[in-house]
Amino acid sequence: MKVELENLTKRWGDVFGADSIDLEITDGELVAFLGPSGCGKTTTLLMVAGIYKPTEGVIRFDERVVNHVAPKDRNVGMVFQSYALYPHMTVFRNISYPLKLKKVPQEEMQRRTQQVADMMGIGHLMDRKPAQLSGGQQQRVALGRALVKEPDLLLFDEPLSNLDARLRLSMRGEIKRLQLELGITSIYVTHDQVEAMTMADRIAVMREGKLLAYGSPEELYDRPRTLFIGGFVGNPPMNFVDVEVVQENGAYHARRGGFDVVVPPERGGQAAGHGTVIFGIRPEDVAIADDGVPGEIYVVEPLGRDDLIDVRMDEEARVHVLADPALGLRIGDNVKLRFNTDEAQFFDPETEQSLLWA
Amino acid sequence: MAETVVGAEAGVARAQTSRWAQIKATVGAWSFMSPAIFLVLVFFFIPAILLFVLSMTDLASSNFSDPWTYIGLENYRRLFSDRFFPKILRNTFKYVFLTLGFFNVGLALVLALLTSHINRRASFLFRLLWLLPRITPSVVYIVMWRRFVQTPPYGIINWFLSMFGVERQPYWLTEMPWLFVVLVNGFVGASFGMIIFTSAIEAIPKDLFTAAKVDGASSWQIIRDITLPLLRWPLLFVTTYQTLSLLVSFEYILLLTQGGPGLYTTEVWALTAYKRALKTYFGSHAWGYGAAWGFILVIIGVVMSVVYLRVFRFDELVQEPKIDVL
Ligand SMILES: Nc1ncnc2c1ncn2[C@@H]1O[C@H](COP(=O)(O)OP(=O)(O)O)[C@@H](O)[C@H]1O
Ligand SMILES: [Mg+2]
Repeated sequence: MKVELENLTKRWGDVFGADSIDLEITDGELVAFLGPSGCGKTTTLLMVAGIYKPTEGVIRFDERVVNHVAPKDRNVGMVFQSYALYPHMTVFRNISYPLKLKKVPQEEMQRRTQQVADMMGIGHLMDRKPAQLSGGQQQRVALGRALVKEPDLLLFDEPLSNLDARLRLSMRGEIKRLQLELGITSIYVTHDQVEAMTMADRIAVMREGKLLAYGSPEELYDRPRTLFIGGFVGNPPMNFVDVEVVQENGAYHARRGGFDVVVPPERGGQAAGHGTVIFGIRPEDVAIADDGVPGEIYVVEPLGRDDLIDVRMDEEARVHVLADPALGLRIGDNVKLRFNTDEAQFFDPETEQSLLWA
Repeated sequence: MAETVVGAEAGVARAQTSRWAQIKATVGAWSFMSPAIFLVLVFFFIPAILLFVLSMTDLASSNFSDPWTYIGLENYRRLFSDRFFPKILRNTFKYVFLTLGFFNVGLALVLALLTSHINRRASFLFRLLWLLPRITPSVVYIVMWRRFVQTPPYGIINWFLSMFGVERQPYWLTEMPWLFVVLVNGFVGASFGMIIFTSAIEAIPKDLFTAAKVDGASSWQIIRDITLPLLRWPLLFVTTYQTLSLLVSFEYILLLTQGGPGLYTTEVWALTAYKRALKTYFGSHAWGYGAAWGFILVIIGVVMSVVYLRVFRFDELVQEPKIDVL
């Protein structure tokens, strides 16, 4: 099912929950709503579910406007961060509750509930109460309950936030696989950009109720349109350094004090002549090398596979670099940095818009 | 060989520590319960036993100067052969269950469900208003009701009736004594359950209601399938507590109808006990006989509590301790 949000707004007095959101989700797509806590992800999701009535704007399922359709007639399934399992019902009754409300015949209800439970790997826990299950099992019951009515749209509200890191990783994969297999259009709310990057076909980045960007993970990662997107998408986050871009002997240089790197003309050309601009480069595009920009190591954070090194180039310019732990770098070491400027980004410091991807 | 000996010694040591731990746990448990046990003993068991002892004597104001005489179960024989005993028993249950069903639990639940679905500020104000009669002195409250039901030219109900041109304007209290007995008690009694139920409903996580709506439940289905089952504990509490307080309450009836009109029309058990023991027309207090009425009421109360615990399957509500005793 296709979902369309048009100028969707939710206000409580003068508090904006969501502010004129425009967005289209194609059939079978998984879209992540990504943004910091309090940016209006849940509000938007609850409007799609029919729990909140929009203050303004239109929600369309396929071509049908559903603003005034009751939640029970929208055929959506929803999974909550808190799982929201009914504590007094067994696993079986939790999963089968939507079917019971639809007055599905007893026998079919039994069969479909068992089928979904087996698919979720909790078929043997049918008689337990939620309190007798682990977090991961509860999450599976919640998923089962959302899937059992064969919804046209699945809504996830930070479903993995309460799980431990390892379980989160495996559930992430499982949800993605299920969604692909069943082909159900899905909205996945998260504040974790790794989750959004790995699972979503497209990511809607939100801040303060507004939709800031909407695109595929690659698009947001490689071609961030604003400073905020550049800094928000990607982990560890992008480095920003104030520079001036000048053309010399046919080559473009990004410069500040002792910092001087050559940038490819198709990028440098866009940034030259704007005075001071913000140069953005991701930690994986900076390397410790034999020659290059000099700097001093300020902090070393071992991440296991890599060390995250914070290098100070001058008083105000610091960059994070991913380096091989085998180099044995220590705080205070002097190093040289080489920049892969093929991936360099440039932003206008005033408007915070990208100079490359207008 | 040596190893086995060491093993055996270790076993003994372990048995000792575990016995010691057990003793510690038992002492701990009892010391936690001791304040409650003390209160129950001093304010329930001992008075109940004294009451029972008293009920086997002929202690009364008429023979107060004589020594007490043990008369066995004579007071009970007299009680059960009283011509009005069945009527008073029926009245008591009628009073308790009508008030409980329609007001103390019924209306309380309806009010709680309604107020938890409207704006918070408005519902708070509404609840506050509903609490007013509870903090009004009983005598003032009853005088107000008596004024309501008076015959013309004083009665407020009748004043309204005359505005609509209704001719018949009786003394409503003698016309429908039971209606007013239940109404007067229930109007005050409902606020207790309403407060308990409201806070219990507010304690239910919002997500559960959202989930139920998404699952396709109507408002009524949400109440039936989610809210009410999660209110089992407060329902049990309010039902039991209010049954017991209604069983022993008689002051509103005393002030309103004095058990009348006519012979024992609205007389309940507690009122009889009070009248027999402490209030007779001739100033003859039959303490021993009144105590017998009182003690039967205690037994009725205990039996009802046990029945409730069974009906509500109380044992299922009791949870395993969340913190292990170390
Ligand atoms: N029922 C409500 N009444 C008033 N303000 C609300 C309500 N629900 C959410 N908000 C406000 O709307 C904004 C967005 O909230 P929410 O959608 O829950 O954020 P997110 O899910 O992205 O963390 C927040 O500023 C929040 O305070
Ligand atoms: Mg949220």
